[in-house]
Amino acid sequence: MIWVTQLLNGILLGGYYALLACGLSFMFGVMRIINLAHGDLAILSACLVFLIADTTGISPFVALIVVLPVMALIGWGLQRWMLERSLRAGVLVPLLTTFGLAIVIENGLFEYFGADTRSLAPYIGDFAYDSWAITSNVYIGSLAALIFVLAVVLLGGLKLFLTYTPLGRSIRATAEDPDTAALVGINTRAVYAIAAAIAVATAGLAGVFLAMRAVFSPYSGPEQLIFAFEAVVIGGIGSLSGTLVGGIVLGVAQTFGAQINPQGFLITGHVVFLAVLAGRLALGGLRSRGGIPGLRTRPP
Amino acid sequence: MSTDRGFVVERWTRLSAASSVAAGVILVILALAPLVFDANVVDNLTTLFIYLILSVMWNALAGYAGLVSVGQQAFFGLGAYFTIQLSYHGVSVYPALLLGALVAGILSLPISVLMLRLRSGEFAIGMWVVAELAHLLVALDPLINGETGVSLIGLNAYGADDRRAFNYWMALAAMVVLLAAVFVLLRGRLGASVQAIRDDEDAAESVGVRVLAGKRTIFFLAAFGCALAGSLWLATSISFQPRTYFGIQWTAYMIFMVLVGGLGTFEGPILGGIIFFLIEYFFGATGVWYLVGLGGAAIVFALFLPRGLWGTVEEKFGIRLLPVGYRLRMLGSKGPDAGLAAAQDGQKP
Amino acid sequence: MTLLGVEQLEARHGLLHAVRGVTFEVAAGETLALVGANGAGKTTLLRTIAGAHRPAAGRILFEGADVTAVPAYARLRTGVALVPEGRRLFTGMTVKENLMVAATHGRSGPWNVDTVVEAFPMLRQRLNSRAANLSGGEQQATAIGRALMTNPKLLLLDEVSLGLAPIAVEAVYRSLEALIAGGATIVLVEQDIGRALRVATRVVCMLEGRVVLQGSAKEMTRERVTEAYFGLQHARRATW
Repeated sequence: MIWVTQLLNGILLGGYYALLACGLSFMFGVMRIINLAHGDLAILSACLVFLIADTTGISPFVALIVVLPVMALIGWGLQRWMLERSLRAGVLVPLLTTFGLAIVIENGLFEYFGADTRSLAPYIGDFAYDSWAITSNVYIGSLAALIFVLAVVLLGGLKLFLTYTPLGRSIRATAEDPDTAALVGINTRAVYAIAAAIAVATAGLAGVFLAMRAVFSPYSGPEQLIFAFEAVVIGGIGSLSGTLVGGIVLGVAQTFGAQINPQGFLITGHVVFLAVLAGRLALGGLRSRGGIPGLRTRPP
Repeated sequence: MSTDRGFVVERWTRLSAASSVAAGVILVILALAPLVFDANVVDNLTTLFIYLILSVMWNALAGYAGLVSVGQQAFFGLGAYFTIQLSYHGVSVYPALLLGALVAGILSLPISVLMLRLRSGEFAIGMWVVAELAHLLVALDPLINGETGVSLIGLNAYGADDRRAFNYWMALAAMVVLLAAVFVLLRGRLGASVQAIRDDEDAAESVGVRVLAGKRTIFFLAAFGCALAGSLWLATSISFQPRTYFGIQWTAYMIFMVLVGGLGTFEGPILGGIIFFLIEYFFGATGVWYLVGLGGAAIVFALFLPRGLWGTVEEKFGIRLLPVGYRLRMLGSKGPDAGLAAAQDGQKP
Repeated sequence: MTLLGVEQLEARHGLLHAVRGVTFEVAAGETLALVGANGAGKTTLLRTIAGAHRPAAGRILFEGADVTAVPAYARLRTGVALVPEGRRLFTGMTVKENLMVAATHGRSGPWNVDTVVEAFPMLRQRLNSRAANLSGGEQQATAIGRALMTNPKLLLLDEVSLGLAPIAVEAVYRSLEALIAGGATIVLVEQDIGRALRVATRVVCMLEGRVVLQGSAKEMTRERVTEAYFGLQHARRATW
């Protein structure tokens, strides 16, 4: 029955990927920016929580209450001072500035923390290792299950927020047509800033959970970015529910790949990603938005 | 050139003619370097040439074809990897360096079939995924020994002084040939199509520019060039560790050099490469703070000085050292530099 | 009383000098028809009045206050609403959502989803349809309704008949006439000169960015407007 456990583990891992990818997908959906610093922002958040937990002994879960608003503020500031200007300057510029930001964050963190890998697992006690028995042979980790539930709640909550609240409608309108959105009274600058705050805060949330379930180092950011991006693309760029599906596909592929070979974990993920990309190109051309029909909400 | 239209289209100006002569003189001096300068200088120049190759190649991709690749290190690493493979299978070392790069370049063609269909952001990260995958697969090769890496022992056939000189000349030749290739491409039909593609892809397609073919040519050239740089780096450092060659820092260097020098200009990446070399020479030992500085500089330049140093100068004064553009000279005006400069290329990031 | 004042307005559209030294006023309750050929600068002018476009020079006065530097979203909140050329609905949203999103930041007043549906009965069955699935006439109705949801004091309409079947145009104009009868202040860009003259109280004709003819609609004849439209009054003075 080992493959059932592996399948479940892969799905739960997918929950983490969905949590991580949520912000990337959201920022792209609203602002058409692919934030190359996304992974590094997640790691930054993990480092901040680590700092708090390590120096004050406060539980990471509690530290989140302080760090998440900080991340939201960072997202707001990023949009206001960097991304807004980048957007105006052309399509290539956001890629260049977010890449520069990634380099700054990674190496800045390295200067402060050194190269050691760290983990938040020691700070959450047994929870990091608890598991539940589904049947006598099949176990799932409680932390992994929590992350999965959180991902579903977050993605679902965002979807509801976008569909039913006035701010959510304003965000959708701005995402589709910022020019006309201004004509109906929407302050698009404020909308972008809020969207960026949400995106970076969710990245921060994911980063902290990464630190809890595994290890991280100042240079872990790029790898997380790639996972997030792969999850988004597999599920269909521009679709929030697609992000959950994409995360799960990636998680399952990686978990099964790991059975073949220790390096298979990463390799299988990349191969599946490229295969989905190629398949989608062959089927419909990438001019379309992609995604699984029926599961998409537009936008994002 | 018909003079009853009231204007003349020129390619060469006095300044560009003078610069070309100066470039030729510099080239001759450089060629004699191993015979004249001491070992340190030669080593440093070799490193400079490799940086210049990377800079010019990344600029060709992003500045001319509009393709921002965050994964050129894939080819940098693959060039070195195939060199090792060839050398271990009996090919003589220096030809192996060239052939290894060529194999990596050819590999770029099937990769381009998928990658070139992607839009800008997807292409950027897509190339990064390709680099990561290449890294992983290469590390799996038993010859490479995982992350420990392996050395290009074929180089032991040559004494240190000979190696230094050969590496130098090979790097110089590679740089000159690649620069010439970019220059020729720019001056030719591909150059015009590529500007058109960069400015407005759909419009370019509608007037018959073969967008995909143009991009693929530049993609191949950039892949081959970066692969050659990787081979040369291997020749100078002798050992190959996947993590070093496939690392993202190469892209960071390339972006810095091109942004600071001048994206989309011909002279810009050369200037940027020289600046980067000097910064690394003086500050490289200070640890990663200088990487933070590089990243910060990239941000600042992208936001506030998008044309880079050379591009800004070029725009303000209308100079272009090498004749890659066209100039429109209105007859009856004072000279080649007065009147309208219709040279459009290199003006847009 | 004067609701809108445009003084010596200059605006560019890319490299083109689209609006040159345009000056006119709109009084409360008036319907001003803005006519002119394609490229005459009408859309740029309307967008500049709405705040979606920055003028190069000149002033825009709304209810006596200088709003030239006020951004579009804030201008909307003072009471200037534009129904843009081509409708520009949020196609990913339903009709109802399109209406509601405009109400979020607009002013309070008599217009809400119910009263909009009363004014445009064709929308009653379509409230939950995606905007992308509507017919041209329904889209136009939604676009006008969306602007009305903000309870504007000044309604700007850019080419509402563009791309619509004649029967749909009729329906739109009937609704417009009802709005006018209700006292709305409207600036209307229209290619069809006859229609414009029927529904407007005043007419402004533009050619190549300049105002070449202004006056009360009653005093205008179709011939005079047509001449101005094509710039013929200048041609008539040319030497033959």
